[in-house]
Amino acid sequence: MESLTNKRKVIESKPLNFWERAYLPAIIQGLSITMKHFWKKPVTISYPEQKREFSENFRGMHSLKRDENGKERCTACGLCALSCPAEAITMIAAERQKGEEHLYREEKYAAVYEINMLRCIFCGLCEEACPKEAIYLDGDIVPPDYLRKDFIYGKDKLVEAPLNQ
Amino acid sequence: MGLADIIIKLILVVIIFAISLVIAMYSTYAERKIAAFFQQRIGPNRAGPWGILQPLADGGKMFLKEEIIPANASKFLFIAGPSLAILTACIGTAVIPWGQSLTIGKYVIPLQVADINVGILYIFGVVSLGVYGVMIGGWASNNKYSLLGAIRAASQNISYEISMGLSIIALLMVTGTLSLKEIAEQQHGFWSHGWFTWNVFRQPLGFLLFIVCAFAETNRTPFDLPECETELVGGYHTEYSSMKLGFYLFAEYINMFVSGAVMATLYFGGYNFPFMHHLGLSDNLVAILGVIALFAKIFAFIFFFMWVRWTIPRFRYDQLMDLGWKVLIPLAIANIIITGLWITFVK
Repeated sequence: MESLTNKRKVIESKPLNFWERAYLPAIIQGLSITMKHFWKKPVTISYPEQKREFSENFRGMHSLKRDENGKERCTACGLCALSCPAEAITMIAAERQKGEEHLYREEKYAAVYEINMLRCIFCGLCEEACPKEAIYLDGDIVPPDYLRKDFIYGKDKLVEAPLNQ
Repeated sequence: MGLADIIIKLILVVIIFAISLVIAMYSTYAERKIAAFFQQRIGPNRAGPWGILQPLADGGKMFLKEEIIPANASKFLFIAGPSLAILTACIGTAVIPWGQSLTIGKYVIPLQVADINVGILYIFGVVSLGVYGVMIGGWASNNKYSLLGAIRAASQNISYEISMGLSIIALLMVTGTLSLKEIAEQQHGFWSHGWFTWNVFRQPLGFLLFIVCAFAETNRTPFDLPECETELVGGYHTEYSSMKLGFYLFAEYINMFVSGAVMATLYFGGYNFPFMHHLGLSDNLVAILGVIALFAKIFAFIFFFMWVRWTIPRFRYDQLMDLGWKVLIPLAIANIIITGLWITFVK
């Protein structure tokens, strides 16, 4: 039959000749190959001290952004929670009181904003859904922990540090 | 034999025992490091600088692990197995000549625990006892994988002991003595009477056979079928945990050390090194340098063992038996005949 690609190779199985049956030349060849690798530089990246560079569109831990005046951008519209395929995001909205204008940009804000990092699949649909450019997955790798409850990140871990303190 | 001699011997025994244990301990570290280098990795580097405390950490872990003895195992033999394995591994070092005699004041200190005139036979006896540890442990576990591993170990060791013994016979025909001390003395220096003094240059085929058999006797790759993970879970030590497993693994490294020492003594001149008497050094200094030379040779063999382990895949069982019975034994017999002809007509 005509082959569809030219990748097919006919393999001949010849009986081994004397030197091949004697093992030793092949063993010496193998030993020389491993010895070559012995002197090569290790390719290991010692992780916590050394980090591999992430690609530009790497999606890591979420951060809730502030605007140029240091006010929280999130208005608790819930679109991110709605768009989340893993249902990892929950929030409770609250109304901005008098005197809190320097904290929140609009009249409504998220009093509680929680992401379950064990559910999150880091797809980035929340940042696409956000109309206020409030959430971005621009952080590092989510660090390990011992308890499941410690993977539910609240606003304390998610919100950006305030500007010029 | 005076009291001083006994004390000197005791000190020597303790030193050799400690050295062989420390070397076995650090062989585990070396194995992991060397494996890493062959695979372009870094290897253990967290416990202490460059990971040199890793063997201690491993030992501590082994001692703290839960001790499991299977319900249907024969308890006495289950414990006797690893004990016997490590015991036979340790007593092999007794007849190795570590160096020329030191002279301190009026005392002449021979750097050999026992210069018995059947040194090679002693080594052989110890080596063939070594398989009992594996056999008993595998049988007492009451587990089919362990039993298969034990059977493999036994038949493999018996098969390879024959060709090992035959390759030694050719060596004995050349040296004319069974004492390891005398064999080492015969290989004095490096060059005399127009040829190398080391036995490897008189018995190259014999050395090749011996080292292949040494790999099989120490259960190292490519002949590590008794603990073949792909087929037998863990082989003879499947049911072992905690320090009893540690003893089995440890015994393998001590065996490697002993077989390296035996090969260095029999074929690579033991404690002799080139130009040892042309440097104009005192006898004691030459003796100490000789000890260092012997250890360098042993380390080279241990490195070779590891190098082969990380290069060659495991043999299939029928290939192992084919190699042992159909190739190595005929070659060893041919080697004896060639040696005999050489002694008769050339020498």
